[in-house]
Formats: sequence, structure tokens, C-alpha cells
Amino acid sequence: MISRTQRDLIPTYIFLVIIAFLSIFPFFWMIVSITNTNSDIFSGSMSFGSNLINNFNSFNEQVDLVRVLWNTTKVAVMGTFLTLLIASLAGYGFEMFKSRVRERVYQIILLTMMIPFAALMIPLFTLFAKSGLLDTHIAVVLPTVAWVYIIFYFRQSSKAFPAELREAARVDGMNEWQIFFFIYVPIMRSTYAAAFIIVFMANWNNFLWPLIVLQSDEMKTITLVISSLSSAYTPDYGAVMVGTVLATIPTLVVFFAMQRQFVQGMLGSIKQ
Amino acid sequence: MARQQTTPMNRFMNVNGWAFVSVSLVLIALFSIYPVIKSLWLSTQVGMGVVTHFGGFSNIVRLANDPLFLTALKNTFIFLIVQVPIMIMLALVLANALNNPNLKFRGILRTAIFLPCVTSLVAYSVLFKSMFSYNGLINSFLLAIHVISDPIPWLTDPFWAKVTIIIAITWRWTGYNMIFYLAALQNIDRSIYEAADLEGASARHKFFKITIPMLKPVILFTTITSTIGTLQLFDEVMNITVGGPANATITLSMYIYNLSFKFVPNFGYAATVSYVIVLIVALLSVLQFKVVGREK
Repeated sequence: MISRTQRDLIPTYIFLVIIAFLSIFPFFWMIVSITNTNSDIFSGSMSFGSNLINNFNSFNEQVDLVRVLWNTTKVAVMGTFLTLLIASLAGYGFEMFKSRVRERVYQIILLTMMIPFAALMIPLFTLFAKSGLLDTHIAVVLPTVAWVYIIFYFRQSSKAFPAELREAARVDGMNEWQIFFFIYVPIMRSTYAAAFIIVFMANWNNFLWPLIVLQSDEMKTITLVISSLSSAYTPDYGAVMVGTVLATIPTLVVFFAMQRQFVQGMLGSIKQ
Repeated sequence: MARQQTTPMNRFMNVNGWAFVSVSLVLIALFSIYPVIKSLWLSTQVGMGVVTHFGGFSNIVRLANDPLFLTALKNTFIFLIVQVPIMIMLALVLANALNNPNLKFRGILRTAIFLPCVTSLVAYSVLFKSMFSYNGLINSFLLAIHVISDPIPWLTDPFWAKVTIIIAITWRWTGYNMIFYLAALQNIDRSIYEAADLEGASARHKFFKITIPMLKPVILFTTITSTIGTLQLFDEVMNITVGGPANATITLSMYIYNLSFKFVPNFGYAATVSYVIVLIVALLSVLQFKVVGREK
């Protein structure tokens, strides 16, 4: 027997299950598609086929798989490491060393969050062209490593860092940098974990800016590769699907491993 | 107000304060503030490629008479006006449903609905492009269950191409917004709902009279971020429709990209178009803050 409350909730269950199904379905179809031939994918076949190896080989023939994954990993890891370092230093700095001038500066940098990337991309492109950094991975990550949203997140989280710990460390003769690296960083590791996911995903999935700065095939990341494969006149959907699966797996793994931190990281922006 | 005393301790704190924030300040100045000023200067330049000269307001005059710019502006606003309200409402309804403590499997349902927002914009766009192709999965399914008698030209008809983009963005971002509402709902005291129950308030009544007013600041936050996101729409249109058919889905960001990197480079004019986005973002944000501020 189902209770009255549960019976009243049946429409809610139906609604939520439909939405959940629609949310998951494209993932399922992506997995089915990498096992099918082009014509099966094109006609929307929903059953698993036996073409996985062929699709994989086809992808590998058109792009240097190892190279592309290496490039993407390099960009994501480098971007994430630098962002976490630079943004957490700033977030800690703004919170722990408050001064009237720095508050003003902080308000100005918060305003820069409102500037759309479209307004920056042309001057950024000419800046990198002049400095000879076009077509490098450093050019891909550099403009985002001082990510204001993440600075804001670290500042909000730093409010929870106990002042007594800082005092005690000072008494022990540690300088401010030692306090940051040896006490703050280890204690705030869940904050770092949350920020890690957001920043890693953004870097792994980045598209427009890499599309502008990366020109040679040897430098291209997975999103650029998928995009160019699928924009071919007659796309090889089997190979394209292999690309989308390869691009999605790392972020899915990171998400499932650190689901709670991911949500926490997103919510950093509305915490009071 | 008393002037702060310059004690050695204060000076020490000040030096460290600047040291900790210095790297980010330099990078933000270089990669955000300098470009946005440079962009303003660029918008006064006319000419092709690297050969440019001062043109005063001629780019703005060109803007007003550029049919492609007006199309991009119109498309961007159609996406904004249609998609953002649909998504915000859907996210609110979902969060409200998932917040019911009697509901079982809440965790699984929440994770499932949230999952789209961990995919890359390019990967899901490409996926949607194949699903919505003329002979593709969606049409096959709709034909099979007799909802339609002829396939819908999702990607090749100006109207349906816009619909496809709207469906795609809604799929990707609804769960993202839902999480903010779920978090905010958790902060609402359950006793308010219990009191409403005692007075015999209907679920609809509770949703519109308690939930929505209580969530107003979060709704404002998600509306602003969604608006800014939609104004910058690029990855989806680039990978699903390439702005087509016949520019029916071209957005401002895509037009700027085309002006700078696809057509003969015209950085000056592209910068002018990009400033339109800056102005719209600023205007809409002020407007949205005003609306919420007044109702408080």
C-alpha cells in the first residue's frame, strides 16, 4: 500500500521522472552512438552496434588522439593550478588585510565581472599577437587565471578561517606567506576542491578563446577538434561522437567524484 | 573621521595586503581593464586589417544602418526574452518539487536533472546538432509516435533553428539554475509552509505567495547571470547552426567573431559591436536591480 502523501505526489514523480529522463537521454544516446555506423547514427538508431572500434580508429586517423588529449589536459591542469594559486592569494589578501583603498579596488574588480568576453577578445587577440604568444597554450590560460569569480569565492570562504590560528602562527614566528601556504591552504582544502572543479571544467571545456588563439593542428584542444570534425560538409558522426565522449568523460568523472564540492563551489557566489 | 595611524604594524599589514593581491591586480589590469579601454578606442577606428585611422562616430553610423547587426541584435533578444523566462520558471518549479521532504529518490532525481551542466558546450551542441538533423533521432521519434506527419526542418528553417537553440540552452542550463533555488529553499523556515498548510493554502498558492517572494534575490542573481550568458551566446550557435540558416540564429558574439576572424578583419567595427553588448549588460543589470529594489 502506498500512503496518501505518496499518492498525492504521483504527478510530481511523473513530472520529475520525465525531466530527469530528458536530461540523461542525450548522454545515453551519445554512448549508443559511438558503437554505431554513420548511417545508424544518422537515422537515430537506439540500439548498441558493433562499430565502436571503427569509429575509434576513424577518429584517431583524423586527429592525433594522444596529442589532443595531452593538449587539453595541459591547458586544463596549467589553467587550474595557476587560477587556484593566484585567486586564492588574492581572496585571502583582500579578506585578511582589509584597508579602505583595497576595498575600493576590490569593488572595481568585482565590476569587471560584468564585462562580456566579446568586448575583450579583439584587444586580447592583438595583445597576444604583439607579444608573439599566439598559438601557445600559455595564451589560452593566461587571460583567465585572475578569475574574479574565484577570487570572490576565496574571499567569502576566507571569512571562516579562524583568526586565532593566524595569531598563534605569528607568535610562533611564521611570516604571512608561511601562514598562507602551510596553514591556510591545508585547512581550506575543501574550498580548494570546490574551486578546482569549477576551474578545471571551465578550462577543459573552453572554446571561443582557444578557437581564436590556437591556429595549428598540433596545439588544438578537444573542443576545437570536435567542432571542426562536426562542421565538415558530411560529418563523420561516428568519429564526432567518439570525440564528444572523450570530452565528456573527464568532467563526468570529476563531477561524480566531487559532487558535493561542485555544488558548494557554484553556491560560493550567493553565500552571504 | 580620524586618519588611520601609520604604525609599523599597519604598514606591515599594508605591504602584505598589496603583495597578496598584486599578481591578480596586474593580470586583471592587463587582461580586463586594458582591453575594455582599448576596445573603446578601437571602436573609433575605421579601415581593414591593420591599416586603420580615426573615424570618429562613423562606426556608430554604420551600426545603425547594418542589417546584419540588427538581425544579430534581434536574434539575441529573441533568445533572451523567450529562453530565460522559460528556464527560470522551469528551474523554480523543479526546485520546488524536489524540495518536498516527502519525496523519495530526491538525490537521484536532482543529480539526473543537474547532469547536463557538466558537459562541455561544444560536446552537447554537436550532440544536439546530430539529434535534430532532418533524418535524425528527434524527427524519427516524433514520426514514430505520430506527433508529426512530416519531419521538422529543425536546423534549416529560420523558425525551427531558433527553437532548436532554445531547447538546447534550456537543456544545458535549467539544472544549473535549479541548484541555486534548491539551496535558497533550504534556508526558508519550514514552519512558514506548515503555517500555510494549517490555513489550508494550496500548493500553487504556497508557490506564488511564499516560495517566489522568498527567493527573489536568488531569482535576480540567476536572471542576471542567465542574461549575461545569453547575450554572449556563441558556442551553441557556432556548433549547431553556424548562425544559419540565412543568419536566422546569428548572435552578437558570433557576428563579432565573424567580423574579426572570418570576414576581412575589421577590428574597429567589431569593437563597436562588442560595446553594444557591454551597454546592454550594464543597462539590463541596472534595470533588474531597480525592479527588485523598488518592490522591496
